[in-house]
Amino acid sequence: MTKPNTTRSKAATTRSRATRARPAKATAARKKTEGAASEPAATRRRAAGQARDSTTAGRAIWKGTIALGRTPLPVKLYSAVEDRSVHFHLLHAKDKVPISQRMVNPKTGEAVPSERIRKGFEVEDGVFVMLDREELASIEPEASRDIEVARFVKAGVIAPQYYDRPYWLGPDGDREGYFALAEALRESGREGVLRWTMRKKRYAGALRSDGEHLSLIALRPAEEVLAATDVEAPPGRPLVAAERRMAEQLVAALEGPFDPGEFRDEFRHRVLELIERKKRGGKVKKLRPRAAPATSEGSLERALAASLRATAKERKTA
Amino acid sequence: MSKKRAPSNGHDGDYVRAHSLWSGTLSFGLVTIPVALFPANRSGRVGLRMLDQDGTPLARRWCCPKEKKLIENDELVRGYPVGDDKHVIVTDDELAALAPRKSRDIDLRRFVKREELDPSLFERGYFLAPASESTKAYRLLAEVMEETGRAGVATFVMRDQEYLVAILAQNGVLSAETMRFADELRSPATIGLPARRPQVERAAVRRFARAIAAHAADKLDRRELEDDHAEGLLELVERKHKRGDDVVERPELAAAAEPHAEIIDLMEVLKQSLGVEGGRRAGPKRAGAPGSSGAGDRTSGRANGRKTPARRAGGKR
Repeated sequence: MTKPNTTRSKAATTRSRATRARPAKATAARKKTEGAASEPAATRRRAAGQARDSTTAGRAIWKGTIALGRTPLPVKLYSAVEDRSVHFHLLHAKDKVPISQRMVNPKTGEAVPSERIRKGFEVEDGVFVMLDREELASIEPEASRDIEVARFVKAGVIAPQYYDRPYWLGPDGDREGYFALAEALRESGREGVLRWTMRKKRYAGALRSDGEHLSLIALRPAEEVLAATDVEAPPGRPLVAAERRMAEQLVAALEGPFDPGEFRDEFRHRVLELIERKKRGGKVKKLRPRAAPATSEGSLERALAASLRATAKERKTA
Repeated sequence: MSKKRAPSNGHDGDYVRAHSLWSGTLSFGLVTIPVALFPANRSGRVGLRMLDQDGTPLARRWCCPKEKKLIENDELVRGYPVGDDKHVIVTDDELAALAPRKSRDIDLRRFVKREELDPSLFERGYFLAPASESTKAYRLLAEVMEETGRAGVATFVMRDQEYLVAILAQNGVLSAETMRFADELRSPATIGLPARRPQVERAAVRRFARAIAAHAADKLDRRELEDDHAEGLLELVERKHKRGDDVVERPELAAAAEPHAEIIDLMEVLKQSLGVEGGRRAGPKRAGAPGSSGAGDRTSGRANGRKTPARRAGGKR
């Protein structure tokens, strides 16, 4: 089952997705490459649709060879994710100095230097099996450039809950082969389940094609995923046909194309604006959440009918 | 509402809400469905702890390099670097105040074809459980979306954070996939991948098509998605544990290093509120795997225990 997380940082709000706080040391490298002072402006420029400087965006993070058919296909792996989080530093409130992290022995109150730290696995509450470096090294997967093909399944077979980080694959020499596989995969309507070892870690991933380029989306380990096929639908009395028809009409009325560019992380932008305002010494206003009452069983049909009328009206006026 | 028992699960809406990451309403048109959000992903079983030479679990502490002393959480502030070692200080309250108004509602104003949602967008998975004694509106939406192959798209706010979310229906269950915003994904062009030449050699395509067909399968095999490294680590730990090799007991110190008495496995609560298919997924049964016994009693934990799994599931690693 779930093990308590061993790495824990400050307050819950510092762990959110768009805003992350961490000790200054971890961000030092980033600071050097991007220039901290210009970051809010830089982020907004990029958000407006400009390509990022190609030295960071275009660097392959790994190279491997897909073993499929007679000719192995060498590929390069690129991250498909662009980190847009607003990165805060954690500071000591008193002197505004970026803090660093120490591992401390609670018995002695002493900070323990990294070379003295041992690793242990908690087998039950408070009971640890200690593991030394050699033992940990012995279970590391063997380094390899092979990307093994396990199987190809129809699109939709992999439950959405499995998908983790996406990567783009690029050709590493054999362009013909690369584009041929992209086309064959697209035509097959399938996605591949692949396995590989990258940076001392085993991965499983879904090989996909948009018709032109290949992508690989890492898949979460089975034990970390509860898929929709693992749970049962809530039971209840059969649905009424009239309600179903109306619900269908309502869904159809609200249907439209999906354009990811239509949505923007408003919160992240507001955080960046807040930072800009504070930099110049401005003020902040407060907002409050509210909740809507539930539709009761008896009024469901009426609510559906009213919604349909409302959407019909909106369409006429639009 | 809390007087009657939920027909689905033996827990009323209050219980489900209280043990969820987030609760609110899912609405489409004028229909509002009370729902509770549960994680579909959990972090791995095998986290290692850092120990001192004698096995004492170490605590992570902050240190002020200027004063050269350890400092507590409440002595920290969040600063945004603005150059020359200067920071703009941003407080928790200020961030909380930026959370948008409609934070208890997932308003489905847009339905799209399921296949239009590229899985590259999917960030983390959640399930929506009905949080009222009536499941009718929930089932109605789930059935219609599933049969018509439609997904809902909305934004919603959970814990001071705005998410773009896809609401999917599968097996009569509604799930929510938080999605990356468009500017968080790179395109082949921004990476600098070569564009395809107009002509791809058909013979090569056919060769790959045959190879794909040779590996075609109808189902996913979960064994291919197993974490071999975790397996290896657990085997190593079990061997040493049985031998009594390098085993140390530090119960009080472990608690002192990391105070977290109550952990609720939200996935367990979800299974109770929805039901588990044939009971076939009861979690990995493994002697020595942490928490593989006590998950049941842990679900009865106090509200403060919620914070740990909630926070972990809410944030990106």
